[in-house]
This record gives sequence, C-alpha cells and structure tokens, in this order.
Amino acid sequence: MTQDEIFKRVKPQLVEALGVDEGDVAMTSRLQADLGAESIDFLDIVFRLEREFNLKIDRNELFPESIFQGDPKLIQNGMLTADGLAELREKMPYADISKFEKNPKFENIGDLFTVELITKYIASKSK
Amino acid sequence: MRWVWIDRFTAFVPGKSATATKCLSQAEDHFAEHFPGFPVMPASLILEGLAQTGGILVGEANQFQEKVVLAKIPFAKFHGEAMAGEQLTYKTDILDLRKEGAVVRGTVTCGERLIAEAEIFFAHLDHNRSAQVFGDQNFVFSGELQHLLGLAKLAAAKTPELPAAAT
Repeated sequence: MTQDEIFKRVKPQLVEALGVDEGDVAMTSRLQADLGAESIDFLDIVFRLEREFNLKIDRNELFPESIFQGDPKLIQNGMLTADGLAELREKMPYADISKFEKNPKFENIGDLFTVELITKYIASKSK
Repeated sequence: MRWVWIDRFTAFVPGKSATATKCLSQAEDHFAEHFPGFPVMPASLILEGLAQTGGILVGEANQFQEKVVLAKIPFAKFHGEAMAGEQLTYKTDILDLRKEGAVVRGTVTCGERLIAEAEIFFAHLDHNRSAQVFGDQNFVFSGELQHLLGLAKLAAAKTPELPAAAT
C-alpha cells in the first residue's frame, strides 16, 4: 500500500473517532491541536485502525503515553536534552521530529502526533 | 431512585453479546418532567440503559476484575420515542475487547420499532489510578447491579433458549 492509499483509509477512521469533517483531515494535521483529539480518542483511533487494517497495534508503540516521566537527563527546564531527543527518535521512529527538534519544548510534544505519523506506522506494519 | 436502567437480561453470551429489557412505567420520575403532557423517555436515559447492558457485558468478560468506565460515545442515533407502558430491548455486541478497553455496538428496539442505535467505547481504568480514586471496591458493579449480574449469569446459562420465552 502506498502512503496515499493508507491515508484514504485512515481519514474516515479519524472522521468517525473525532467527529471532524473529511476536509479537516490532512496528512499534516496534528491530532490534538488541529483535530481536537483527547486522551481517550487515541485508544479509539487504535481500535478503529486495527479493524480497518486488520492489524494488531500496540497503543504505546503508536502513541507512547509517558516517554520521559520527568527524567532530568531527558528534560531540563521544560526542554528535551540531546539524550531526550535520542530517546524520542527511538520511541517514536515514525514521527517527523525535524521541526520539533529546533525548539524541543516538552509541552509541544503532542504536535508530533499527526496523521502522517499514523500512515507511516501503518505502512511499516503492512509490509 | 436507583440508577439502574435495565430490568433483566434475557440473553448473555460472555465476551460477545448481551440482551436486556427495560419496562417503562408512568411512575418513573423522568416522565413527569420530560415532557409535561407528552411523557417520553429522555434519549440520555435510553442510552444509559444501553451503556449498562454493554458495560456489564464488558465487565463480565474479565470477571469484573477491571474497572469499566464509559469513555465516549462516538456514534448515537435516535429514531423514535419510547413511552410509558412500552418495553425496550437493549441488544449489544462487542466489536473489540482488549486490555485497555472495549467497543460495543448496540440497538434499542420497542417490538419491531428501532428506537436508537449507538457505538459505545468503554475504558478499563488504570488499576493504580482507580484504586486511588475509587478505593478497592468495584464502584460500577456493586449494590443493585449485583442483582443484575445474577440475572446475567442466569441468562448466560440459559442462552439461547431464553430470548423466546422472555417476550
């Protein structure tokens, strides 16, 4: 499956889970900031993706809940350290962190949960 | 008033499906206000009955070891009204069940008439957090609901013969 084919199947799942219009869902949409996802919605999305793609999805693999848990080696003054960014790359290999790493504020970490993250994850699982 | 919106289980297949009924009485408080002169069951209470049917189905799947909470209702559609003197039938099927929670799809009918349909998402509350918030007691499945659980077990033991006899 191409990323575009996956996106076309992911979109209706997000429309149903988040109650948004199809036109609101773009590859670059951030699940929380743009589509209004709340914590429980992430689990709902995982369930829907599993049904749509007939996959077993580990919720913490796709949407890690607590990556850092206040570890001072990884976060200092609200910013991710170099070790923190390395940890992030390891835990979220499907996320595009190129923009985030320029100003790695921990409070913005939710912006990494995008529609593109989902499609990349599904692509890797469908191989 | 007891917050129980189903009267009995008529069928129960553990981990898969459950059917419950609710007889509506003019004596129920909500009919007095909803609405004066035109008593119909509030849609939210119809949904509550469906959620209780599905919630017990989900709870039973793990022998009530999990704290089951209604997390969200991604979809609900109401097709008709339910009035005093009628009997509602709640049918629920588990679409997904995993350690974090479950998704249930259900319908509410009155005879052949479809009253409502919905998809309900239940979460299993994190064990540590639920102990902090609610203590050790299973807050959902205590008190009057224990009686319904007994009925669910009876229905499970007798399914599938019981639905025909329940009308």
